[in-house]
Amino acid sequence: MRVELRNLCKRWGNVVGVDNISLEIKDSEFVALLGPSGCGKTTTLLMIAGIYKPTSGEILFDGRIVNHIPPKDRNIGMVFQSYALYPHMTVFENMAYPLKLQKVPKDEQRRRVQHVADMMGIGHLLDRKPGQLSGGQQQRVALGRALVKDPELLLFDEPLSNLDARLRLTMRGEIKRRQMELGITSIYVTHDQVEAMTMADRIAVIKDGKLQAYDTPDELYERPRTLFIAGFIGNPPMNLINGVEVVRDGEEYLARHQAFCLRVPAERGKHVAAKGEVILGIRPEDISLADDGQDGMRGEVYVVEPLGRDDLVNVELPGNTFIHFLADPALRLKPGTPVALCFNTEKVQFFDPRTERSLLWH
Amino acid sequence: MAIWVETERTGGLSRQLRSSMAYVLLIVSIIPILVGYAWLLIATFSYRTEGLLPKDAEGHVGGWTLANWAFVTDPLIWRVTLNSLLIALAMVVGVGLASSLAGYALSRMNFVGRRGFLSMTLILHAFPSVTLLISIFFVLQAISALPGFGNIFGYNTVGGVALVMVSLDLPLGIWLMKGFFDNISWDMERAALIDGASRFRVWWEIIMPQIRPGLAALAIFTFLTGWSAYLIPATFTIGTKVSNLPVYINYLMSETSPTNWNQIAAVGLFQMIPILVFFFFTQEKLLNIYSGGTKGGV
Repeated sequence: MRVELRNLCKRWGNVVGVDNISLEIKDSEFVALLGPSGCGKTTTLLMIAGIYKPTSGEILFDGRIVNHIPPKDRNIGMVFQSYALYPHMTVFENMAYPLKLQKVPKDEQRRRVQHVADMMGIGHLLDRKPGQLSGGQQQRVALGRALVKDPELLLFDEPLSNLDARLRLTMRGEIKRRQMELGITSIYVTHDQVEAMTMADRIAVIKDGKLQAYDTPDELYERPRTLFIAGFIGNPPMNLINGVEVVRDGEEYLARHQAFCLRVPAERGKHVAAKGEVILGIRPEDISLADDGQDGMRGEVYVVEPLGRDDLVNVELPGNTFIHFLADPALRLKPGTPVALCFNTEKVQFFDPRTERSLLWH
Repeated sequence: MAIWVETERTGGLSRQLRSSMAYVLLIVSIIPILVGYAWLLIATFSYRTEGLLPKDAEGHVGGWTLANWAFVTDPLIWRVTLNSLLIALAMVVGVGLASSLAGYALSRMNFVGRRGFLSMTLILHAFPSVTLLISIFFVLQAISALPGFGNIFGYNTVGGVALVMVSLDLPLGIWLMKGFFDNISWDMERAALIDGASRFRVWWEIIMPQIRPGLAALAIFTFLTGWSAYLIPATFTIGTKVSNLPVYINYLMSETSPTNWNQIAAVGLFQMIPILVFFFFTQEKLLNIYSGGTKGGV
């Protein structure tokens, strides 16, 4: 099913929950609504579900306006963060409830529930009550309940937030796999950018009720259009360095800061030259230690955080500037060690500090 | 290690001392109540009592008798017992139903006047019912004038008393139920709406089962209120024909002849029997009320 939001707004008195969001979701696409808590992503989801009524704007399913269609007639399945299982019913009754309400015959109910339960790996738990299940099993039941009625649209409201880290990883893969197999259009609300990056075909980044960007994970990562996206997408987050000035130097462009002077490729530098002070962004993985003899940016190791595969190293540059980079743990960097750093200037980003928008991508 | 064991031991000792102190305090404080119940039990089966000692006509210890229980052969007692039961049951059903519906609406829906309604219920709850007696009298008179309806819920009817009692108990019930509904997650309700349930089915099939312990508590309290009600039945029923047990007890205390306290004790015990039986069978459930809730579930 195709979903389209047109100028969607939700206000409670003076409080703006969702501010003029427009986006369309293709058939069988997996879209993540990503943003910090309280940004309006769940409100958007609940409007799509029909629980909240939009203050203004339109929601279209397959080109049909559904603003006034109650949730039960929208043919959607929804999975909640709290699982929202009915504690007084068994797993079977929970999963059969949507079918019972559709007046599906008893034997067909049993057949369909069993089918979905087997698919979710909970076929042997049908007689249990939700309270007797682990968090992961409960979430499978919730997903099964959403799937059993063959919805045309699946809505997820932070479904993995209550699970422990390991289980989250497993369920993440499982949800993505099911969604691909079944080809059901899905909208997935999360504040976890890793979840959004790994699962979604496209990500809608929302901040303060406004749509910041709507693009594929790669695009958001490689070409962040705003400072917010640059800082939000990617783990560990991008280094953002204030007070950088880019000047033209013959055929070349130089990014100057009190701690360093950097040669920037012309295709990036030409957009930024003579724009006054800008913010330079560089991802930790695009910074490396300078080779011997290479002229690097001089600094001193401030903190080392081992991440296992890499060490996340915080380096203090002159002028009280701190940047993170990823280093090989074998180097055994220690606080106080002097280092020389080298930026992969092909990957630097530039932002206007006033508009907080990218100077490279529009 | 040794030091650790030692502190553990003294800790255990002081804890033991503290808990036994608590027991002593509790036992001492319930002695007056226990003595009261003992007197009630002894008095109902004796000719007269001096302190806790049953005495016969000559003043010797003894004089056990069943004479005080003669009232059970009087058809009137069964009539007033039935009335007590009717009032209590009407309250359970009326308060339970109205407060679960109103509490749900107040907890979950946004409508004009919601805030005003909530604060009004709270204010009404703070009103002592004695101050409302005269105005309620006029309301019941007005209801009596209605054809048909007036015969059931008018002045001097069991229905009328039940109606007044239900309405006086509603503020408490509504607030209690609203509190129980407030504790149920919105997600569960949203899930049911998306599953295809109507608002009413959500209330009945999904939400009500969650608050069953709370509803049970409310039912028990309203039953007890109705069963032992005195002020309202005594005011709005003339003559014992349509009145209830507490009013009947008062009627036994005649102003002209000396009161037979032992008979009153017997009626009092008679009134307590159903409650005692009830508590005996529901004790465990009653204790569960506060620890139960929706914990077993999500």
